[in-house]
Amino acid sequence: MAGRLDDRQAIRTMTDGVADLATMPTLRADLRGISKRFGATQALDDVSLTLVPGEIHGLVGENGAGKSTLVKILAGIHQPDNGTIALDGEPVEIAGPAQARALGIAVVHQEPRLFPDLTVAENVFIGHAPSGRLGTIDWSATRRSAARLFDQLDVQFDVGAPVRGLSMADQQLIEIAKSLSVDARVLILDEPTASLSAHEVERLFAIVRRLRDRGVAVLFVSHRLDEVFALCDRATVFRDGRHVVTTSTGELTTADLVRHMVGRAVSLFPKVETPIGELLLEVEGLTRAGEFRDISFSVRRGEIVGLAGLVGAGRTEVARVLFGIDRRDGGEIRLGGHAVSFATPSEAMDAGIAYLPEDRHQEGLVLDFSIAQNVTLPILPRLFPRLLVRASTERRVADEYTRQFDVRMTGVDQIVGALSGGNQQKVVLAKWLASKPRVLILDEPTRGIDIGAKVEVHRIISELAASGLGIVLISSDLPEVLAMSDRILVLHEGRLTAEIPRARATEERVMFAATGNLEPVAAGDQTSGAADV
Amino acid sequence: MSDSGAAVATLSVRSRGQWLAVVARQRELSLVAIMIVLGGLVTLTAPQFLTVSNLSQVAVLAALIAVAAVGEALVVITRNVDLSVEATMGLVAYCVASLLERHALGTTGAIAFGLGLGLVLGMVNGIVVTVFRVPAIVATLGTLSIFRGIDYLVAGSHQVPLASLPDGFTNPARDSVLGIPIFVLVALGIVVIGSAVLRSTRFGRQLYAVGSNPEAAAILGIPSRLVVFTAFSVCGLLAGVAGVLYVMEFGTINGTSATGLVLAVVAAVVVGGVNIFGGSGTLVGAALGALFLGFIANALILVGLSQFWLQAIYGLVILLAVSADAIIVRRIQRATAARRVR
Amino acid sequence: MSDVVHGPSVAGARSGRSWLGVLARWETLLVVAIAGLVVLGTLLSPFFLTPGNFSNLIAALMEVAIMALPMTLIIVAGEIDLSVESMAGLASSLIGFLWAAGVPLTAAIPLVLVVGALGGLLNGLLVARGRLPSLVVTLGTLALFRGLALIVLGPRGVSNFPPEFTALGFGYVPGTLIPWPFVIFLSLALVLGVVLHRTWIGRQIYAIGRNTGAARYSGVRVIRIRTALFVLSGLIAALAGIILTSRLSSARADAGAGMTLTVVTVVLLGGVNIFGGSGTIPGVALAVIAVAVMQNALRLASVTVEVQSIALGLLLILSVVIPNFAHQAKSAIDRVRGGRPPPADSVRRGEATTG
Repeated sequence: MAGRLDDRQAIRTMTDGVADLATMPTLRADLRGISKRFGATQALDDVSLTLVPGEIHGLVGENGAGKSTLVKILAGIHQPDNGTIALDGEPVEIAGPAQARALGIAVVHQEPRLFPDLTVAENVFIGHAPSGRLGTIDWSATRRSAARLFDQLDVQFDVGAPVRGLSMADQQLIEIAKSLSVDARVLILDEPTASLSAHEVERLFAIVRRLRDRGVAVLFVSHRLDEVFALCDRATVFRDGRHVVTTSTGELTTADLVRHMVGRAVSLFPKVETPIGELLLEVEGLTRAGEFRDISFSVRRGEIVGLAGLVGAGRTEVARVLFGIDRRDGGEIRLGGHAVSFATPSEAMDAGIAYLPEDRHQEGLVLDFSIAQNVTLPILPRLFPRLLVRASTERRVADEYTRQFDVRMTGVDQIVGALSGGNQQKVVLAKWLASKPRVLILDEPTRGIDIGAKVEVHRIISELAASGLGIVLISSDLPEVLAMSDRILVLHEGRLTAEIPRARATEERVMFAATGNLEPVAAGDQTSGAADV
Repeated sequence: MSDSGAAVATLSVRSRGQWLAVVARQRELSLVAIMIVLGGLVTLTAPQFLTVSNLSQVAVLAALIAVAAVGEALVVITRNVDLSVEATMGLVAYCVASLLERHALGTTGAIAFGLGLGLVLGMVNGIVVTVFRVPAIVATLGTLSIFRGIDYLVAGSHQVPLASLPDGFTNPARDSVLGIPIFVLVALGIVVIGSAVLRSTRFGRQLYAVGSNPEAAAILGIPSRLVVFTAFSVCGLLAGVAGVLYVMEFGTINGTSATGLVLAVVAAVVVGGVNIFGGSGTLVGAALGALFLGFIANALILVGLSQFWLQAIYGLVILLAVSADAIIVRRIQRATAARRVR
Repeated sequence: MSDVVHGPSVAGARSGRSWLGVLARWETLLVVAIAGLVVLGTLLSPFFLTPGNFSNLIAALMEVAIMALPMTLIIVAGEIDLSVESMAGLASSLIGFLWAAGVPLTAAIPLVLVVGALGGLLNGLLVARGRLPSLVVTLGTLALFRGLALIVLGPRGVSNFPPEFTALGFGYVPGTLIPWPFVIFLSLALVLGVVLHRTWIGRQIYAIGRNTGAARYSGVRVIRIRTALFVLSGLIAALAGIILTSRLSSARADAGAGMTLTVVTVVLLGGVNIFGGSGTIPGVALAVIAVAVMQNALRLASVTVEVQSIALGLLLILSVVIPNFAHQAKSAIDRVRGGRPPPADSVRRGEATTG
């Protein structure tokens, strides 16, 4: 009984909310003169931003521009040093996350912060579950209310199952349902699409638009400009902690936006054309159960082979097998004409394969090792066959490889964690080049680094190919794959669906193969899943 | 039974992965099933197994461990561990016995003192972990040593004999109400109340939330430190209860009483399916884990194996339980992955 | 000298006042503590500083000290081995059983060491290959090995060992008062110290402790190294069991009971981080001396061995609390001075994870 009452109440609150929102002409959120300093770093410097009910506001900027700091201030994680925040005309102080929620501010983080052991329903209602007699939690009412919220979002969920094992996209939907359950006035989406497939991005956008139409004020933080154009009504650009411009997205072009973000015009993707040499790596019928099936391709000297596909299509999984992290279930790998089989990454390295992993912090670097210690980590046994490590040799090797890439550092003894993302990525590249590979597999080499560094990384990749390496480039950044690759292989659900030579490669062709279509249909109505700056 | 677990499961069996998930969430049933099968086998070789007196003896000993295991489970669910429970039990047991011997307090007073002492020791653990931010394993390894040292310091070489306890004090270890031993009723009461709190109160859910994802819990504004402190305090209180039960059960108490019991307590928790990394598990599971271990100990004696095998078999049971958990979890993960990439 | 790498702590020390700098000073703190305890001990008893007393003080702790060395490597690699005390007990049990059965010690000792290595291999395989939590696995083998020790020898003790054997634990290097176990400890410390701080195997152990994923993707054979560390730990624990048997001239199934606590205390007191990735062998060696001196001072103050465990437990907790407070105090001072920026990455890194 109590449960049913609660349900009705929940719905009424929700419709009440909508009515209120529709008649509200004022600014939903009004941030003025916000500044925030961390030690010597001025993360935000006198920025202002307004959010309007029924509007999706895009917030763009490079890494370090201050987007995340602003989100964290709104979420109550940080408090501003200066400035005022008003919600619906009322000045407020957001002292903590709980208060942010109480004020109706909901944040969907890039990586959802859910409880894997708890059920979907409980995650939605955690902290405010319907209670029955004695103030205890009414589980059946909780489940029913959660199911109803997902109905409103038009998605199917087993609300009684634990969250563990759900995809990132599903977890974000749970976060959104959570914001519905507290009747959020402001919904902040912080880089929500970074690990979603194109399909999932579309579903997310549809839901966000529906919420906007109900009168929610949405702040959409992203660095994917095409998404900002597709979704947002207005956009604000931050640069180096300062507000640069706020304007309607209709009045902007991509080029304008990029110029605002970096403060200068940038020429992207300086690919150097290089002659393509003999066969290096051949993969035939490679299969790993549950991940990918029957993958065949080859890489030649000087060639950059792009590996495109949606997140979860099996690109990283193929790379993991090539690098000896996972074992194959079938198929053959030949290196320089000889069949090879790797039980461990060190065997793959010895054979001349290097793999720059997707996750720089978890897999790429030991953040509190020095630059020199990171660069030499893979080649220690080779560098010091008599076991004893000599620091001078180590520094010399690290110096030699980092210098090629112009890593901005105080010296090779500097701790890697103290470098910026772009410089960290250059250290990872140096680390793998020091192992003198023949084939270099790059997995999302420019993810999470700013545009300037990205251009440099592209230049490096190009030069490496020119020096005779065979390169496999895995990237979700379509313009990057198109610009850098000599050939593009497209994976869809673990199968190779297309092999497109550079001359014929277009975004449409790749996207269609990536969504499982073998022939591109008329251009124009496709969705570009991951077009980056 | 699974309903009192972290995941309030709906039993919708759709694929192999989900089927396994359901089995994994039904650790309690698996344990009961194993006990029934093993019990049958033991009865074939030793018919005296299936007698009321034997079974109630098993249950009484298991109840003592179960009370401590319930407290341990609370702590483990929050992604911590309390290795000091045996020292708390020992110190409480000696203090209670000694107070009774010296007639310093009456029966009720001594029991109340014992419970209060357990609570205080638990709070000490909680403070060291949450205020001084010492990792639980280090903190409770330290307090294990400290509490035990205090026990020696207080007891010296003295031993409180059974005879100097008040008449009837040890009766609850042998008496029963409606055919159910009093110890078992105590353990059942604690498990039922504890399970209800874990399942249906805000505090209970916060316990799981803190263990399942501490960062998310912090962002939600859950007072993690208070939750962990409370878990340690209750664990101490329950170790105090177990200490009092220990006096009733064994009567003769000295400075080394209850030594080595932490192994049985943690084993019960692990065997009962509480995830050592926090976030999931039930009190029913922990209590059944204790019963399972007691059952094995009893079966060993009846089958005629020497008492010396007990330790080794405890060890094997821990290894088997943790391996089984890992295998099931990996199967589920693979099945989920396979469903995603067809 | 500057050409040789001491492991990651050197880079930390060079980069100035990082948290590794605090650890570098931890060893200094230990030296000061030892000096203080020695002064205290001398005040307590005129016998404190005599060679005979010193040699007793060291000898009594040598089994713990020897087991602390592989434990250091294991904890640096981010794992723990709680089963060492039971392996020592199993070794004692086996050596007694074999000797009583007429097997010559020259055959029995190698056999026991092999059993130690095999026990370690079991731990290693379950943890490294089976990817099970070492805390639970070694809790299981803590019970299993002790159980096996009981099964092998039962409650009896074997004590009619020949004097050549008891001299191992009891005797001194001829012409000195240096006990043999101390020589064994020093040699082991030297070897493992060189391995951890001067070779790339040590570097790889630190890498595993700091970031297992990155180590694995860098070609570090994580499974092999972890397994090897547990094998080493089992082997050394068996050696410690043999030394213990020799020192007490008696083989018992309950030998070494409770030692794991002391071993872990010594390791953490030596500045090793319980979560892996940092710590040094010299630090642990200093901690051994500090604990030996402390126990001796307490003994001279007629505090019984049992009650000394209070001091040991306090030390264990303080070894974590003091660096914590030192760190907090330091960052508070830095904030007041306002001079030094926080680690430049703290802001940027937060940004990068969302970017």
